[in-house]
Amino acid sequence: MNILKQLMTAIRGGAREIGESVIDANAMVIYEQEIEDARHHLNTARESLTEVMASEMQSRRTVKSLEEKIHEREVYVVEALKKDNEALALHIAEKIAAFEEELKQQQSAQRKLHAQVNLIKSQVRKAERSIADHERELLMVKTTDSVQKATLAVSENIAANHSNLNTARQSLDRIRRKQQMTDDQLTAGGQLSAAEDDRSLQAQLAAAGISTKNSNSASVLARLKKSL
Amino acid sequence: MSPLQELTLKLADASYEGRRFNCLPIPGSQPVLQIEVSGQEEFPIYITLTDTQMLCIAYLFHEDEVIAGRHAELNERCLQLNVPIPLSAWAKIEHQYALFGALSTHSLFDNVLREIVALSDNAIAALEAVEDLLK
Repeated sequence: MNILKQLMTAIRGGAREIGESVIDANAMVIYEQEIEDARHHLNTARESLTEVMASEMQSRRTVKSLEEKIHEREVYVVEALKKDNEALALHIAEKIAAFEEELKQQQSAQRKLHAQVNLIKSQVRKAERSIADHERELLMVKTTDSVQKATLAVSENIAANHSNLNTARQSLDRIRRKQQMTDDQLTAGGQLSAAEDDRSLQAQLAAAGISTKNSNSASVLARLKKSL
Repeated sequence: MSPLQELTLKLADASYEGRRFNCLPIPGSQPVLQIEVSGQEEFPIYITLTDTQMLCIAYLFHEDEVIAGRHAELNERCLQLNVPIPLSAWAKIEHQYALFGALSTHSLFDNVLREIVALSDNAIAALEAVEDLLK
């Protein structure tokens, strides 16, 4: 069964105690062992692949050398026939026949070795895929296990410290209040610095003998006198 | 020193986009590091290491906190929000809804910081997006 399906079945099982691991430790050991076994098979396959490939190369070399020997002797036969030396030609032809027999055997061996190389190569690919699959599955299992254990540790810690017993809504409200407070402080700070700027401007104007007041006692008196 | 201990020391002195990190190691068969991001201490980020991954998890709420009869709607919304949420994904661990991000164990420290801050911000954004379905 697909590992994710297995995990979901275990999670939905519901019979577990809180914090109990979804995957028992044995299952993980088995997974790890399977990966180890697959790696072992892969190494064996790789070793035999090099051996078989070496044999195939050797066989190919033998085939080539036999072909060359045959070709060379064929030239000799023609030469002998040209010189009417039938006996020598026959003798060489016998050798050629023996080489051809050997060539046939070597070619058949080479074909077999070539097929074997292909087979082992496909086995190696299969083993590599299988290792990658198992490793991915193990990772899923281990991650699920880690997250569960971490969650258990966190909830035990929260329970032990009696901290964070608030609901999410209460916590959210507290954050908002804090943020509002920070905003208010920033606004108040801004207003304060604006007021300070204003006061400093007034002081500078006064020092320069410029009054920023539109009215003073003297002007009020002058205005009232005019109305008499 | 274990990789989590190393991370704890680095985080203690780190700051990212003005955020500071308060770390608390939680021992156990699966060691976990609790990280509170300044200003968002209510939703700590929990980091745990597996063979190949650094898992960063923000536990959001228990399934009991969902308004009765609206679980299906919540799950649907979580799935729809999964792609738009940058770097983080929805998850359900036992009975807890969570948001998580996975990093390679060989990630650069700067990327880890980015992940923690993004996850912390995303956790709040995600909660706000499903708030109406919570008790």
